[in-house]
Amino acid sequence: MRFLRDLYRLPVLSPLCWTVWQRDMDVYKKTFKVNVVPPLLEPILYLVALGFGLGIFIKEIDGVPYTRFIAPGLFSITTMYAAFFECTYASYVRMYYQKTFDAIIATPVNIDEVVAGEILAGATKAFINGGIVLGVILAFGLVDLRYAVILLPLGFVAGLLFASVGMICTAIVPSIDSFNYPIFLFITPMFLFSGTFFPMSILPEGLKVLAYALLPLTHVVRIARGLTLGTPEASLLLSFLWMLAVSAVTFILAINLMRRRLIQ
Amino acid sequence: MMSTTTESVLVAERLTKKYEDLLAVNEISIEVQRGECFGLLGPNGAGKTSTMKMVYGVSPITAGHLSVLGFDVQIHPREVKRRLGVAPQEYNLDPDFTVLENLLNHARYFRIPRTEARRRALELLEFFRLTEKKDSVVEHISGGMKRRLILARALINEPEALVLDEPTTGLDPQARHLIWEKLIDLKSRGITVLLTTHYMEEAEYLCDRLVILDQGKILAEGHPRALVQSIIGEEILELVPSDMESALTILKANPKTMRYQIVGKKLEVFAQDPKSLVPELMDQLTLENFSLRRATLEDVFLHMTGRELRE
Repeated sequence: MRFLRDLYRLPVLSPLCWTVWQRDMDVYKKTFKVNVVPPLLEPILYLVALGFGLGIFIKEIDGVPYTRFIAPGLFSITTMYAAFFECTYASYVRMYYQKTFDAIIATPVNIDEVVAGEILAGATKAFINGGIVLGVILAFGLVDLRYAVILLPLGFVAGLLFASVGMICTAIVPSIDSFNYPIFLFITPMFLFSGTFFPMSILPEGLKVLAYALLPLTHVVRIARGLTLGTPEASLLLSFLWMLAVSAVTFILAINLMRRRLIQ
Repeated sequence: MMSTTTESVLVAERLTKKYEDLLAVNEISIEVQRGECFGLLGPNGAGKTSTMKMVYGVSPITAGHLSVLGFDVQIHPREVKRRLGVAPQEYNLDPDFTVLENLLNHARYFRIPRTEARRRALELLEFFRLTEKKDSVVEHISGGMKRRLILARALINEPEALVLDEPTTGLDPQARHLIWEKLIDLKSRGITVLLTTHYMEEAEYLCDRLVILDQGKILAEGHPRALVQSIIGEEILELVPSDMESALTILKANPKTMRYQIVGKKLEVFAQDPKSLVPELMDQLTLENFSLRRATLEDVFLHMTGRELRE
């Protein structure tokens, strides 16, 4: 019981968590050129290979040209990868190999703020990379301009969610190699089965329910597609609320699990 | 709340740390006065680092009471950490930053304004003779420089007290002496220093007072020289007898002998006035070699904690 109560303890946070965020951003700026290439090139590669290659055979899905169909999927996938990898491999290296967190918690910044700062940095990278992909798909004319700007905050919230999930993994993996499990069991299935490259409607009913219940990316893609196609509907708000709720729960869990790992 | 001349910077009462199945610190009580350099000595696993981590508020205490700079560490960890400078045992500099950036970034955790942080950082780099390396990536500087940078980092918030966990472990003599010189300098400016070490010369050189810890317990406490005097005596007689057996028989019979120990082929004799033993022994024994040497803290340490290896 004590164990469960500790997992849902409210974190002790102050604005000092932004100093940790700032640290990660400083490093990001130093290595900006390397950081900006993948989110710029990847969607172009996918668009060329899938959209314009495979798209010749597919033509359109639900009346939407294939490139337009996958564009919001590419945006969503990018936010997922940016945040998840930042708070798994990158955070793990800082925590375990560089002992960066140990150095920070010897200052007025506490462990809750360190973890929160890391998650915020992961979300910010999702926001930036999502923004770059948005630029690319805009340039290809694949986005309804009326709602395009809403994709930016969506990228940040998606980032918060995937960063928190990544941080939970970081808190529980025995070694850095173990990240292969969440990647193969969780991230890759989401990449393929979240309505990214084909519509959810073709999935059997049972799988569809499971996907919406367990795979956060389905909700991100659903909202993003509604926005890029210019066909938002009220039910997208439900998906957004689902994202907010799961983000909040995983954020708190991530902090408490990391605390359990690092404070002895 | 405390303004007397002997103000306590650290008060630990029956301080205890228990990990799952290991009692690392077992009811130790210490008090450190302002301006003092206080040492925690002990072999590996004695509980030094566990104690330090409780002092700088990153490890919760299991039992007892611990107040640092007038604050209860459990209740006000931020207040304590704001006023402390911490140099941990491991190299945890930020490899993503240069030497100068490490200090500037660390200053931000204390909310020190940018220009002030820069002023202090440059001053500290000068003090620790790192100015030339300020734009180097930390991975490319030597171990001694990394240690100095960790000390510089610990001073960025102008702390009232420094907590140094093995500040010179693994360094060559030059690097170690430079750090000692800087610590003496800092002490003369009134900064309280709490330090752990297993280098006895370091403790003798730097510490005003120290405790010897083993298995989480305090074995001895006092001024380094006074400890040596009271526990070992002024001098130690070292003999290499050709016949150990008969040497022992003769020594045991002599009332001046307090204790002795065999170290390899050597016999170390502790006595009130070991010099006076020499003529008597010379009469009765053939000695391959003998010498009198000044007793050191190392003798106290080995006497208190034993000679077996600690892993």
